[in-house]
Amino acid sequence: MPDNTIARRELTFAQAINEATHQAMAADPTVICFGLGVTDPGAIFGTTRGLEEAFGPSRVFDMPTSENAMTGVAVGAAIAGLKPLMTHQRLDFFLLAMDQLVNSAAKWHYMFGCQFNVPITIRLIIGRGWGQGPTHSQNLQAWFTHIPGLKVVMPTTPADAKQLLLASIDDPNPVLFLEHRWLHNLTDDVPEQPTHGLIGKARVARQGDDITIVASGYLTLEAIRAADYLTGVGIKCDVIDLRTLSPLDWPAIFKSVHKTGRLMAVDSGALTGSIAGEIIARVASERFADLKVAPRRLAQPDVPEPTSFGLTRGFHIRSRSIAGSALEMMGETGDVLLGQLPDPVPHDVPGDWFKGPF
Amino acid sequence: MTDDQLEMRLLGAMLRLRMVEEAIAAHYPEQEMRCPVHLSIGQEAPSAAFSLAVQREDLAVSTHRGHAHYLAKGGALGPMIAEIYGKSTGCSKGRGGSMHLADKDAGFMGTSAIVGNSIPVGVGLGLALQIQGRAQASCVFIGDGATEEGVYYESANFAVVKNLPVVFLCENNRYSVYSPLSVRQPEGRSLTRVATSLGLTSVEVDGNDAIACYHAVDRALQQARGGGGPQFLEFHTFRHLEHCGPNDDDHLDYRQPGELQSWQQRDPIDLLQAKLLLTNHDLSSEIQPIRERISNEIETAFAEAAAAPFPDLEECMRDVYA
Ligand SMILES: Cc1ncc(C[n+]2csc(CCOP(=O)(O)OP(=O)(O)O)c2C)c(N)n1
Ligand SMILES: [Mg+2]
Repeated sequence: MPDNTIARRELTFAQAINEATHQAMAADPTVICFGLGVTDPGAIFGTTRGLEEAFGPSRVFDMPTSENAMTGVAVGAAIAGLKPLMTHQRLDFFLLAMDQLVNSAAKWHYMFGCQFNVPITIRLIIGRGWGQGPTHSQNLQAWFTHIPGLKVVMPTTPADAKQLLLASIDDPNPVLFLEHRWLHNLTDDVPEQPTHGLIGKARVARQGDDITIVASGYLTLEAIRAADYLTGVGIKCDVIDLRTLSPLDWPAIFKSVHKTGRLMAVDSGALTGSIAGEIIARVASERFADLKVAPRRLAQPDVPEPTSFGLTRGFHIRSRSIAGSALEMMGETGDVLLGQLPDPVPHDVPGDWFKGPF
Repeated sequence: MTDDQLEMRLLGAMLRLRMVEEAIAAHYPEQEMRCPVHLSIGQEAPSAAFSLAVQREDLAVSTHRGHAHYLAKGGALGPMIAEIYGKSTGCSKGRGGSMHLADKDAGFMGTSAIVGNSIPVGVGLGLALQIQGRAQASCVFIGDGATEEGVYYESANFAVVKNLPVVFLCENNRYSVYSPLSVRQPEGRSLTRVATSLGLTSVEVDGNDAIACYHAVDRALQQARGGGGPQFLEFHTFRHLEHCGPNDDDHLDYRQPGELQSWQQRDPIDLLQAKLLLTNHDLSSEIQPIRERISNEIETAFAEAAAAPFPDLEECMRDVYA
């Protein structure tokens, strides 16, 4: 029976991030928040709204266009006792900071024999659509998972965005918090109370015995849409929303594959060197006997993402391609049935709320 | 070129840049230019000046706000508009959009959507010009925000060490998106003085005075081409519309009250027109045909861009490697 005493509280993904930041900063005076535009009228798509008013300009501030230096500044502040939360409006802008991320943030704890730890959280927004193009839409999450010492989270739901951001700020390690621009307006129930300790735990978003679909971030929504459609044609999917990309929740993946015997890993990054590839490799080498059919990776083509509306039509993985692959793995010829799962039109926006320009 | 001719040409050049950007702003709500656009309305004077002083054999790179620079370097209008429409006839075949423009034939070697990204590339162009013994300049357009990136200092330093034929053209419009200089750089900071201390020959220019811009750009280009080493020009100017997109966003109050209006009163086109009216006789009748010619050119570019086909997915998968 549903518990009617708990009021439903709907927030958008962006509001959930905002609430988590307010709660983290209220609970812990060592948390500071900075990044280009965090105090401007856009407030990073609303996610940093009200922070400066609530916590003052010494804890919440805009910064020079100096991503690499400011990441190093965060590392220094962190090892001296603060918990910096940085934000970048696009992951691509943060690429200037690879030195400080990889050579400092990821190393300071290990390299100096555990004298220090680096509790920083770096929010990176991944763009897509409306001509974001080659340098505003890169899904480089696999790069970050390749660096020992970094944690990487990638929430899908508003509730997870909140809980994972709180967990990231709490975490004594550098955490990259990847948020997909197309999720910002997603609405769902979000518990008001802060919770802790979610990093490293996947979520089973749909349950089924036939096939395991492993997804993360925005693609989880496409996987769920595909799974719901497949239910209607008698195919039951386990949809695993990874939530954390590093460290990965291997027990959750192994358990599901043991049940279904079929594995599809979907990934918003380019195919070669993808997290999907890592998942397939690990399952194939450690759980080979569980597999009934060859596992599949669905990822972006190994091509820079172009800008043009024409060039991006069909470029991204959508529920239709996920469902089509699932049908093939089940030995069905999918095309006829797939008539009911058309790609959204226009293909380059997440919904009516998005009218460009970024 | 007489002063009078220079002034009329500057006016024509600014009008063209202004009218192109206005046309983009006017068409943008049709939702057919599906990519971010950063317009230069209010900042035309340095580009117009550049268009008269630069030679085709000089090279240039620019930023996200690159339409005016591309056109000023002689980049073709039609392919630029087609690029913003994402069409296969676009200068970058629809792969780059507004933020990634290039016209190699015109010596316009690219723009970048990543702040600071094209600065060292421009210095590399200068290195090639020097090694190949070509007496030309490489021109690097940047904004004030880009001077906060480490790569600016690293690039300027190398250009000075090697005495490269590089001209940095910095349009200081006082903002990076919504962030004023006051939250990014210390009060009283002069980008020109910083550049001087880096070893660049540096000049500060009223970036809304097209004539002053012309003389400064012309001198800097000649210096660089003649072995005088890297140059830095700081143009004080102002963007009238929002950072990204076709609208006025002054109601968001991120700028000082009256700041935009005071800059609009010093609109570079109005300023030059006012000056010309003092000496020129009969300006409006001379401007009318110029405007008409530009309008026709723009209409053709938009009509052709709208009519051109989109590239398709198959095209998208090609050309990852040379
Ligand atoms: C490395 C990087 N950081 C941040 C951004 C986001 N961004 C896009 S344009 C811009 C403003 C840069 O300001 P400025 O250099 O003064 O150029 P303007 O827009 O004023 O012409 C910023 C911060 C980016 N594109 N790249
Ligand atoms: Mg600026």
